Amino acid sequence: MNNRVIKVDYIARVEGEGALTVKTKDGQVSDVRFRIFEPPRFFEAFLRGRKFSEAPDITARICGICPVAYQMSSVHAMESLFRAKVEGQLRELRRLLYCGEWIESHALHIYMLHAPDFLGYDDAIQLAGDHPDAVQRGLRLKKTGNDLVAVLAGREIHPINVKVGGFYRLPDKSDFDEVLESLKRARDEAYETVLWTSKLNFPDFVSDYEFVSLSHPDEYPFNEGKLVSNKGLNIDVRDYELVFHESHIPYSNALQSTLRNPRSSDQRTPAQHNRGAYLTGPLARLNLNFEKLSPLARKAAEEANMRPPILNPFKSIVVRAIETLYACDEAIRIIKSYKPPLESAVDYQVRPGFGFGCTEAPRGILYHRYLIGEDGLIKDAKIVPPTAQNQRMIESDLRNFVSSNIKMSKQDLTLRCEQVVRNYDPCISCATHFLRLDISEER
Amino acid sequence: MPQRRNAGKPKVAVFKFASCDGCQLSLLDAEEELLDVAGAINIAFFPEASRRMLRGPYDIGIVEGSITTPHDVEHIRAIRKSCGALITIGACATAGGIQALRNWKDIRNFVHVVYASPEYISTLDRSLPVGSFVHVDFELRGCPINKFQLLEIINAFLNKRKPNIHTYSVCMECKIKGNNCIMVARGEPCLGPVTQSGCGAICPSFNRGCYGCFGPMESPNAPALSARLHELGQTKHDIKLAFRTFNAYADAFRKESESNEQ
Repeated sequence: MNNRVIKVDYIARVEGEGALTVKTKDGQVSDVRFRIFEPPRFFEAFLRGRKFSEAPDITARICGICPVAYQMSSVHAMESLFRAKVEGQLRELRRLLYCGEWIESHALHIYMLHAPDFLGYDDAIQLAGDHPDAVQRGLRLKKTGNDLVAVLAGREIHPINVKVGGFYRLPDKSDFDEVLESLKRARDEAYETVLWTSKLNFPDFVSDYEFVSLSHPDEYPFNEGKLVSNKGLNIDVRDYELVFHESHIPYSNALQSTLRNPRSSDQRTPAQHNRGAYLTGPLARLNLNFEKLSPLARKAAEEANMRPPILNPFKSIVVRAIETLYACDEAIRIIKSYKPPLESAVDYQVRPGFGFGCTEAPRGILYHRYLIGEDGLIKDAKIVPPTAQNQRMIESDLRNFVSSNIKMSKQDLTLRCEQVVRNYDPCISCATHFLRLDISEER
Repeated sequence: MPQRRNAGKPKVAVFKFASCDGCQLSLLDAEEELLDVAGAINIAFFPEASRRMLRGPYDIGIVEGSITTPHDVEHIRAIRKSCGALITIGACATAGGIQALRNWKDIRNFVHVVYASPEYISTLDRSLPVGSFVHVDFELRGCPINKFQLLEIINAFLNKRKPNIHTYSVCMECKIKGNNCIMVARGEPCLGPVTQSGCGAICPSFNRGCYGCFGPMESPNAPALSARLHELGQTKHDIKLAFRTFNAYADAFRKESESNEQ
């Protein structure tokens, strides 16, 4: 009885292929593994030699659920190198596109992947048998997000309208007529979603997380800002690699990230130097940017008793609902004040050197760094997706959860462990595609 | 736990290999049709959507992703045996996907150069379509697929009829939409003349050339298009890259990119 193994060989209702194992010995957790076995696709290797302008379309293929995030981080990286300033209405349209992706991705996770855990169903289709109104509401929300991406950028998966400097084609104001009406209804339904999710049963579980997200002086973060944490991190995106480190472990096809203090800062001991696991994603964003939410989203959060600090990862489902509401609200604001600019993209000069980009994917910060040559071709690429960054924290949550619930039945504990993983909305397809390939022969 | 009402209905399974998940997501993206589809079939194995994983045999297997590891090869053979009909969806499953760009490089060497313990990584030299290993009953193109085409395929297989999927080029879709030809009118490079339809000619509709994400149409004349692209000022390198993207290892595109190799 004292020695147990909790094992799930193929975690359902996540994107991609992962497994988990928790072992206990004499009533203590002895081993925890969140194993990613999906095979690598070597994106960073084959980006070499491609044109800088191809990065948004190629990297979008890393993830079918958050392609906009890849497009955004890649264009921002190129624009930082080329000193191109995308401002005004073009910048607003990029926020609008991100709103669409957050709505579809969050609605998918809330209703189809996460809610069945709380209510005791295998999937959303089964859930729809007993809660048809809720599932229909989720599907309508998801469709609104998808429709917004399609109107602005051609299609919902791997949209085709994003390029370095702006867009290929600008929408007319009237293109948004239909989706604006859907968004108004979606905003009400997102509000309902906040209240609905807040009434679910949450296990009593909190952790002292280091939350990391972008932070912008004037807005809830999508595309721009500094990288900050609740424990004193405050850096420019270009300094990302000074503090975030990746390592390769035997049982995972994704590199794990940890946070360190910059070496130059002072005379810390190695123990102080390593800050270890951190959490990125909706829970981090909300905790660090609560005051930047729209008044309506803040009101819903307060009504749902969701004021920071929120330290229970199971409540991330409510946080996603609050962000969905914010994204609907923000999208409506942008569409209402939209005036098509004169040009669909800004001019820029291609220059060689390093470009850095980091934006807020639905699942957290997504970092891209490129080295561009004189010929405009990519010489080197580094991409760090949010799920790779959260792996350590997922393992830490598994360890803590099992430690404090060691007496739970194996069946219940297994389900709860799966739920601990699903709290992060992990995108394993993203995470595995970044096995770093430093090819020494090309140096 | 509520009872399933669809026992006795055709069992459908969704499998994943190396991919971005976007094509199987298309099924969940059919928001208005999803519950009707789920009512007509028994979704027996679809891990991205459900914890319930029933054993085979299945009436229909839908496969996303390309074959990239020795384990994948065994797995797809087992899947073939357990499925009545096998449908592959998307550029990865039908042409090897973007990850087939490794097929022109020595990836095994990369892995050995990089990792102190290369045995952590198990990989094949090439990323190949499912059809290279087992018989496939229908291949649905696209990166990503068109969700309405997916619904059409499922419908056709359930009703034992031929799927109604056009194999003509993107040009036809531009004509149907009444688009001005961006290559003729503006000299914009476009793969539309050799690319299979299905996307709704979205790129030309958004003022950019088609980049071939639905792969080669039936009997394309890729060399003629290359000649025209060359006249428009594209270098051999540009043309090679244009054909070498999401369907790089589809026969017609592979040959054309190789013949533009310098």
